[in-house]
Amino acid sequence: MEPFVCLTSVAAPIEGRNIDTDQIIPARFLKMDREGGYGQYLFHDLRFDDTGAEQPGFVLNRPLFRNARILVTDANFGCGSSREGAAYALYDYGVRALLAPSFGDIFYNNCLKNGIVPVRLPEATVTALRTQLAGADGGERPQTRRWRAGPPEGDEETSGGRAFPHEVTVDLDRTRVILPDGSEHSFAMDSFWRECLMQGKDEIGLTLGYLPRIESFERAYRARNRWLNY
Amino acid sequence: MFDKVWDRHVVLERDDGLTLLYIDRHFIHEGSFHAFAAMRQRGLQVRRPGQVFGVPDHYVPTRGRSAEEAATPQIGRMIEQFGVNMQWGGVPHFPLRDERQGIVHVIGPEQGMTLPGMVITCSDSHTSTHGALGAIAFGIGQSESTHVMATQTLWQKRPRTLRITVTGQLAAGVSAKDVILAIIAEIGADGAVGHAIEYAGPVIEAMSVEERLTVCNMSIEAGARCGMVAPDDTTFAYLRGRPHAPAGAAWDEAVTVWRALRSDAGAVFDREVAIDGSRIEPMVTWGTSPDNASAIDGKVPDPQTIDDPQRRSTVQAALDYMGLTPGMALEGLPVDMVFIGSCTNSRIEDLRVAAEVLRGRRAVVPGIVVPGSGLVKAAAEREGLDRVFRDAGLQWLQSGCSMCAAMNGDVVGPQQRCASTSNRNFVGRQGPNARTHLVSPAMAAAAAVTGHLTDVRRLLAG
Repeated sequence: MEPFVCLTSVAAPIEGRNIDTDQIIPARFLKMDREGGYGQYLFHDLRFDDTGAEQPGFVLNRPLFRNARILVTDANFGCGSSREGAAYALYDYGVRALLAPSFGDIFYNNCLKNGIVPVRLPEATVTALRTQLAGADGGERPQTRRWRAGPPEGDEETSGGRAFPHEVTVDLDRTRVILPDGSEHSFAMDSFWRECLMQGKDEIGLTLGYLPRIESFERAYRARNRWLNY
Repeated sequence: MFDKVWDRHVVLERDDGLTLLYIDRHFIHEGSFHAFAAMRQRGLQVRRPGQVFGVPDHYVPTRGRSAEEAATPQIGRMIEQFGVNMQWGGVPHFPLRDERQGIVHVIGPEQGMTLPGMVITCSDSHTSTHGALGAIAFGIGQSESTHVMATQTLWQKRPRTLRITVTGQLAAGVSAKDVILAIIAEIGADGAVGHAIEYAGPVIEAMSVEERLTVCNMSIEAGARCGMVAPDDTTFAYLRGRPHAPAGAAWDEAVTVWRALRSDAGAVFDREVAIDGSRIEPMVTWGTSPDNASAIDGKVPDPQTIDDPQRRSTVQAALDYMGLTPGMALEGLPVDMVFIGSCTNSRIEDLRVAAEVLRGRRAVVPGIVVPGSGLVKAAAEREGLDRVFRDAGLQWLQSGCSMCAAMNGDVVGPQQRCASTSNRNFVGRQGPNARTHLVSPAMAAAAAVTGHLTDVRRLLAG
């Protein structure tokens, strides 16, 4: 997975509380191999009609939001099934960060393992941002995506707003987001997962380094619990 | 109780609170092919195969017991690949043809593989089910599954604790499913996000283990990390003599340990919720989230009465999808079919209560009954329940997740309305544009014989 340090991108508002992982990727696509790419299945039954044609009303089908790499959602996004296909679909589509009041717990963890930064922000902030993104069309502007391994530059750090009213910056290095109105908000992220995401690595290698600790724990634990059935 | 079990499994804890947690048992199903692909690619091995157990359930055919009878050749290959992966990892498993095959959350307790005091993971969100026996059990994704298989541990952050106390006594005709639907309606689909639930109080204590499994199963539908019930004599009586349960001196030793797991008298929880069990009525969902639930004598809500615009539009979208209008009575709403099964409600007690309603009656809509395991199926047939279902005109099928996950070809058609004993009424869950009403087994049986949603107590009284 791609390392994540700081991302500035158009952000797309996704409406609806409790958007479950069945909606993010319907079950019938979960049997596919990852090699074929899961991006085509993202929000499949919302993006496409029965004939496979795009639903023009769905936000990611609007030219402005088509290449959004940040989604702004409502509460409990990604609730339901543990299917990691939901994270695969978002990542393969190009989404690298999510802003929401809250996430489903399993989905949140799946994001961390798949190079997607889930950002929890206060509900009022996120709701206002979605409203602003949905309303501030101002003509469909050209895409301006900036994907860098560094912090935001000069003008983006000022609080006077920015040139493009749909852009959001997610700065994992400094654990803060910059919204289109120029406001900055810090967010919480465990340092462990922040490091993994910034290096684009998962934690298995690290854990294997602890194998002697695991083995000694195991010996003591088994000695204390001789009734264990395995 | 949660802390007692958690603390026993801490391998190490970082300064930031992240904990490397030891996993006693990891269950897998045929969706695990992603994890095995990752392991092969990275040269990893299953570190403790004896602590992993596999069973195919999500995609298996319910009208046959071979991969060739799967809904599509691709699914058939997937079931075969599962067997290949189990061999590759040296992982014990029940193949499809084994009579002990079943839904992973049914067979774990049934086999006594799930025990009090354990930490259990499975790459399925309904792993919370196993907490009914006093285990910490939670669903994980495929990457985490890979991590568990490679290390038998997982990095976790300790969740907050929430005790839900159900007081009073359930009225006749009210089931464990109604209790958990009432709880979710009360606290919301995100009401327990970030929390481990402990279910307590006289209603929970009076429940059988199978009823507790139903309650804990749907903890995830309130967003909880896991749900637990303190192990007690009911738990021990259920476990004793099961194939993987300890025996002899080990049993006595285990019971001593298990008895000490219950929360101490002065235990402090991060949150407490109390629900009066005496007031719970048979429940039914009307929307597309499990917290869209009401007593059967209730009405479809009117979005116009909801002040918050976000919530209003979410409810409106749910009603549009479900084909309902505000103010409609739920009682009397016609259904097209019924589904009795799933890890929520497919155990022998579930089948008994459904059969009780169906005995001597005919279903007026089609329906399927899918036992949770081959052993549940055999037990039901010994009791003659299969004849009751068949005589009522319902199909009696073979075990699997079937129409709950709707991955194996058992689907609800577009715009079809299904009274279902499963756990999720999500958009498209039971098939594209399918409309799901979650109910108890007794309520599903009542819907089958009347052709509409109805209060099962009317039938029981008659």
